[in-house]
Amino acid sequence: MYDPTVARLTYRGLLGRRRALVLGALPVLLIVISAVVRALTGADDQVAHDVLGGFALATMVPIIGVIAGTGAIGPEIDDGSVVYLLAKPVKRPTIIFTKLIVAIAVTMAFSALPTFVAGMILNGNGQQIAVAYTVAALVASIAYAALFLLLGTVSRHAVVFGLVYALVWEALFGSLVSGARTLSVQQWALAVAHKVSDSSLVTSDVKLPTATVLLVVVTVAATWYAGRKLRTLTLAGEE
Amino acid sequence: MSTLSIDHVSRWFGNVVAVNDVTMTIGPGVTGLLGPNGAGKSTLINMMGGFLAPSTGTVTLDGQPVWRNEQIYKQIGIVPEREAMYDFLTGREFVVANAELHGLGAKAAARALATVEMEYAQDRKISTYSKGMRQRVKMASALVHDPSLLLLDEPFNGMDPRQRMQLMDLLRRMGAEGRTVLFSSHILEEVEQLASHIEVIVAGRHAASGDFRRIRRLMTDRPHRYLVRSSDDRTLAAALIADPSTAGIEVDLAEGALRIQAVDFGRFTALLPKVAREHGIRLLTVSPSDESLESVFSYLVAA
Repeated sequence: MYDPTVARLTYRGLLGRRRALVLGALPVLLIVISAVVRALTGADDQVAHDVLGGFALATMVPIIGVIAGTGAIGPEIDDGSVVYLLAKPVKRPTIIFTKLIVAIAVTMAFSALPTFVAGMILNGNGQQIAVAYTVAALVASIAYAALFLLLGTVSRHAVVFGLVYALVWEALFGSLVSGARTLSVQQWALAVAHKVSDSSLVTSDVKLPTATVLLVVVTVAATWYAGRKLRTLTLAGEE
Repeated sequence: MSTLSIDHVSRWFGNVVAVNDVTMTIGPGVTGLLGPNGAGKSTLINMMGGFLAPSTGTVTLDGQPVWRNEQIYKQIGIVPEREAMYDFLTGREFVVANAELHGLGAKAAARALATVEMEYAQDRKISTYSKGMRQRVKMASALVHDPSLLLLDEPFNGMDPRQRMQLMDLLRRMGAEGRTVLFSSHILEEVEQLASHIEVIVAGRHAASGDFRRIRRLMTDRPHRYLVRSSDDRTLAAALIADPSTAGIEVDLAEGALRIQAVDFGRFTALLPKVAREHGIRLLTVSPSDESLESVFSYLVAA
């Protein structure tokens, strides 16, 4: 199911281009903001919760997910170089699964790790806030990577759609419309984080069983459908 | 030895028919797929390579379907027309990756790079390669698993004459070894130099198939058409029609020109300036009106 060559090509494509700069910019920003906030306000649990919940989980994780998820396959489909993967006796679901693993790993590395560091800077993991948001970022990384990998497989405008989802749906609707929160990766991840960390500040609008089922269903369904789409991917001529 | 069979294949995109009921069989040796730009060659090659589903009909390789059959790529090597090819890798890394995806190793990659004579630049990034070098590395990636069928989409595009000769030699060798080699081109001369067997596609239809010389003769049997403007069109027309190299002349009043059909190309091109000089006529325009590949092909379609 996992092909090391596909993984290597995907890692190098993701981390070798300008994407790496974009991927690195947001975590750096988070850590800088955390350091400044800590210096100005001192260790404050509520502030730590606001920064990690409002910026790290609501904005940074989905954007990193968009960049890594769509970037794991979208550019290859766009420029046609995916033909070198497709013209091989390698099962298409294997290609998708491998790319998913890479996208998850990159999203986790660029979102969960900085979230933990920022949490430690902000309040030294008081009330388990750093751990809780790190868990949330890890969980969300999986679902986002799967969703945006699918988007990268089916659309040439994956980054735009991904950003609209991440910023408009998750960040805006999620905070304004309560119904939208049920269908929000962020809320599912928070439900898991709440259970794992037992932090009273980190809560979710979605119950844990619902969140777990939705996380698994979305991840599996998105990956399965992406594999299916890749199997019938049409590389139209340039005529 | 592999045989690729295209059986009543059509492909349309919305209302546009790109390939229309094409049936052909491609056997061992070098075959040229010839057609003007936009004729449907790439669409057809994409269907042959399993990257596009035929709307109707089937494409099979030795009886095995090509579409949705990953295992078929053990026998197929593909050289796509598009340039993109993991530019951040070196040539060697790229060919090694292609070998690994076939379950092979660095040894197979080294052999393929040697075949295309790219060892000298194999450790340079692909982004620094010239068009010809890219084409050769693409070839190496297609040859790495020793395929019995090689599909090349416009392989000579943008190559200089030396690179073109090298690639032609390589393809000839592949064909002589018993591989089935199919390449597409819109340039008659390229096909003439490389393939004895050609398949001609015009406007999505299969226009001709078979020996190149026979088809070329079919093309040259047709009269050549010229549009001529001169200082005295009617005197020139009278003098030209007296010679057997000219089959017909029409005075096009709207254009203010003569439309001439010449049956003997060599004789006519010598006759025209001679006649003009003898009668003191100045030739203002002499332009062939059907030299384009497309009009040659349209003869074939009509034939």
